[in-house]
Amino acid sequence: MTTIDTKNKPEGSGPAAAAPLLEVDNLHVEFRTRDGVAKAINGVSYDVSAGETLAVLGESGSGKSVTAQTIMGILDMPPGHITGGEIRFHGKDMLKMSKEERRKIRGQKISMIFQDALSALNPVYSVGFQLAEMFTVHRGMSKKDAKLKSIELMDQVRIPAAKDRVNDYPHQFSGGMRQRIMIAMALALDPELIIADEPTTALDVTVQAQVMDLLAELQRERNMGLILITHDLGVVADVADKIAVMYAGRIVEQAPVRELYRQPTHPYTKGLLESIPRLDHKGRELYAIKGLPPNLMRIPSGCAFNPRCPYAQDVCRSEIPPLHEISVGRGSACHFWETVMEGEVRG
Amino acid sequence: MAESPNGATSADPRKIVKPVAQGEPILQVRGLVKHFPITQGILFQKKIGAVKAVDGVTFDLMKGETLGLVGESGCGKSTVARLLMNLESITAGSVLYKGDDLAKLSGRALKAVRRNIQMVFQDPYTSLNPRMTVADIIGEPYDIHPEVAPRGDRKRRVQELLELVGLNPEHINRYPHQFSGGQRQRIGIARGLALNPEIIIADEPVSALDVSVQAQVVNLLEKLQNELGLSYLFIAHDLSVVRHISDRVAVMYLGRIAEIGTDAQIYDHPTHPYTQALLSAVPVPDPDGREHRERIILTGDVPSPANPPSGCRFRTRCWKAQDICAEQEPLLEIRKGLSGLGAHDSACHFAEEKDIVGAA
Ligand SMILES: Nc1ncnc2c1ncn2[C@@H]1O[C@H](COP(=O)(O)OP(=O)(O)OP(=O)(O)O)[C@@H](O)[C@H]1O
Ligand SMILES: Nc1ncnc2c1ncn2[C@@H]1O[C@H](COP(=O)(O)OP(=O)(O)OP(=O)(O)O)[C@@H](O)[C@H]1O
Ligand code: SF4
Ligand code: SF4
Ligand SMILES: [Mg+2]
Ligand SMILES: [Mg+2]
Repeated sequence: MTTIDTKNKPEGSGPAAAAPLLEVDNLHVEFRTRDGVAKAINGVSYDVSAGETLAVLGESGSGKSVTAQTIMGILDMPPGHITGGEIRFHGKDMLKMSKEERRKIRGQKISMIFQDALSALNPVYSVGFQLAEMFTVHRGMSKKDAKLKSIELMDQVRIPAAKDRVNDYPHQFSGGMRQRIMIAMALALDPELIIADEPTTALDVTVQAQVMDLLAELQRERNMGLILITHDLGVVADVADKIAVMYAGRIVEQAPVRELYRQPTHPYTKGLLESIPRLDHKGRELYAIKGLPPNLMRIPSGCAFNPRCPYAQDVCRSEIPPLHEISVGRGSACHFWETVMEGEVRG
Repeated sequence: MAESPNGATSADPRKIVKPVAQGEPILQVRGLVKHFPITQGILFQKKIGAVKAVDGVTFDLMKGETLGLVGESGCGKSTVARLLMNLESITAGSVLYKGDDLAKLSGRALKAVRRNIQMVFQDPYTSLNPRMTVADIIGEPYDIHPEVAPRGDRKRRVQELLELVGLNPEHINRYPHQFSGGQRQRIGIARGLALNPEIIIADEPVSALDVSVQAQVVNLLEKLQNELGLSYLFIAHDLSVVRHISDRVAVMYLGRIAEIGTDAQIYDHPTHPYTQALLSAVPVPDPDGREHRERIILTGDVPSPANPPSGCRFRTRCWKAQDICAEQEPLLEIRKGLSGLGAHDSACHFAEEKDIVGAA
């Protein structure tokens, strides 16, 4: 089985040649519920380096958020169980660390931005208080210094008149401003890695552009790693360095951003790209991937995508395709990736 | 009011209201206003102001067309939808259905009109009651309008509807949680179609779906339009989806329409600075485009609808604003000097074309 391992790639093969900041390695997670066992994550591997943006794409229910929750240690356990794999931060497996060690990384070195800023902020405390609390609790700052630091952060995320608004409550801010406050909180303790789960889905395009530009700029300034989970392929094209595509709890394709858009090597990715409506012309019928997402309690044997795949052959129903290495940093979990790449439909 | 003699017993509500030819206005919205009062005090509520959510909106919806409605969060799109559905009371202005003012209709005539305007909601996860089966959810409108499907006929009707939207008719007794997001949105659409409406108001019907599921739902809506001659008011914040599905597009800003025209007029020949900024902000799914695009980033936040700026409402964020913009409200009209596709209604004193999308 060929797997892509960025650590072993040849010397001087690009900016990401340094050891990755975070590596998810063959992760398995399942949910044990009354109805049965849902195999949500079935061997996910990806990595991200300092200063790099990894975009995670994939169908609704494919496990993007569960992977992120496992990294952050906020998975619902039970019913969730981690049944295999490692999550290495600077080469050290977080799943084997002591609680104390882990606590120092999660929330401080790695922080997370959620989709819904209003529910992630506490409605009964002022925004300034919630920001300041990060500094008093984790940095042992005095209340007064923490407040000054909060105003500085609000300034940095472009909240107008931050000094006057520091005592306002979350509901007094617009959706875009609340999302910027979430970014401020995520940045407060100078993390090395940020995980953003659909940070702009609830926002309209003008505010979305502001938020993404801000995030990208701060990431550059601070050389942070960024894992961006989204289904907006426009946002991905704008900011990502590389992409991992998920389907049924696996990575089915992984590639640098340009190569993936130009020449997808997995039928699911190809279908996804063909489904996008375009701003610059009015097409006829939109392409849609046929069929339904898999039931995680009964994932199809062989390749999980086979019942919906126009390229499927007999072997797809019996053998799980490994992630074939196509070139450095590029892989496809499809038996027929070469055919897909050439663009001919088989079968 | 032309009611056919057999109107009340007909299964098809379209037969009891007068017909409108393809391309004629079926809905005329004139100077629509909705102000939500801001009150103070616990014992004696005192009105201290108003949120001007919708503040003078005028447009036509033609028979068989799709009118897209776009604009920033909070600009009043959903409020327009709710006013058209009679879920909110109108503060001022009027809505004409086939030439008849809805405010002047009552009794059976009003009920017939209501039946002809249905809504599909944004969120497939919360808009369906989790304790009701699919049969109950889709069949619920028949409780209010039993004349459309007599009791004994309901199950068959619901199954027909399920088939029409591409769901398995055998799943009639399942509950919402047993369906995926895209399937749930189809259930919402089936429910919207239950009473054979002529007009569907769809408020962000695909926003919560991933692109492949979104494509399935958009295709379904277009297929149903072709088969049933439906008119759609399609509200969304994804401008690419709106272009794909719409014949005409209206751009709203802070309770008013900034610009309205055909999809080519709005997307290829926008003349209002707000539309231009909105289009320039759309991320393009092509990594090679990212260095070459000119993006108009708007500074400042949207002003409060309780206290909108004088004159042009966009002036606090507009890079072209002059003194006149604060003094005089720009009318929604075709400005002199514009020709070709640039000549369409735009509420800007200095309306001029700027190629945004093609420049990418
Ligand atoms: N607490 C839980 N109990 C049971 N199943 C769960 C739980 N949390 C998630 N799951 C299941 O795990 C699977 C993966 O969910 P996840 O939220 O990671 O999807 P996603 O890829 O983030 O999708 P989306 O794009 O819709 O956010 C889903 O089938 C979901 O139903
Ligand atoms: N019941 C209400 N009481 C007071 N204000 C309201 C009410 N409903 C809506 N508003 C306000 O009216 C304005 C318009 O809201 P509306 O929901 O129509 O916006 P929208 O364009 O649909 O936005 P979005 O894209 O976020 O859905 C907002 O400022 C909103 O806060
Ligand atoms: S392995 Fe087979 S079924 Fe799976 S994506 Fe490739 S061709 Fe399709
Ligand atoms: S009227 Fe003035 S402020 Fe308003 S959009 Fe036109 S130029 Fe800008
Ligand atoms: Mg998710
Ligand atoms: Mg709305």
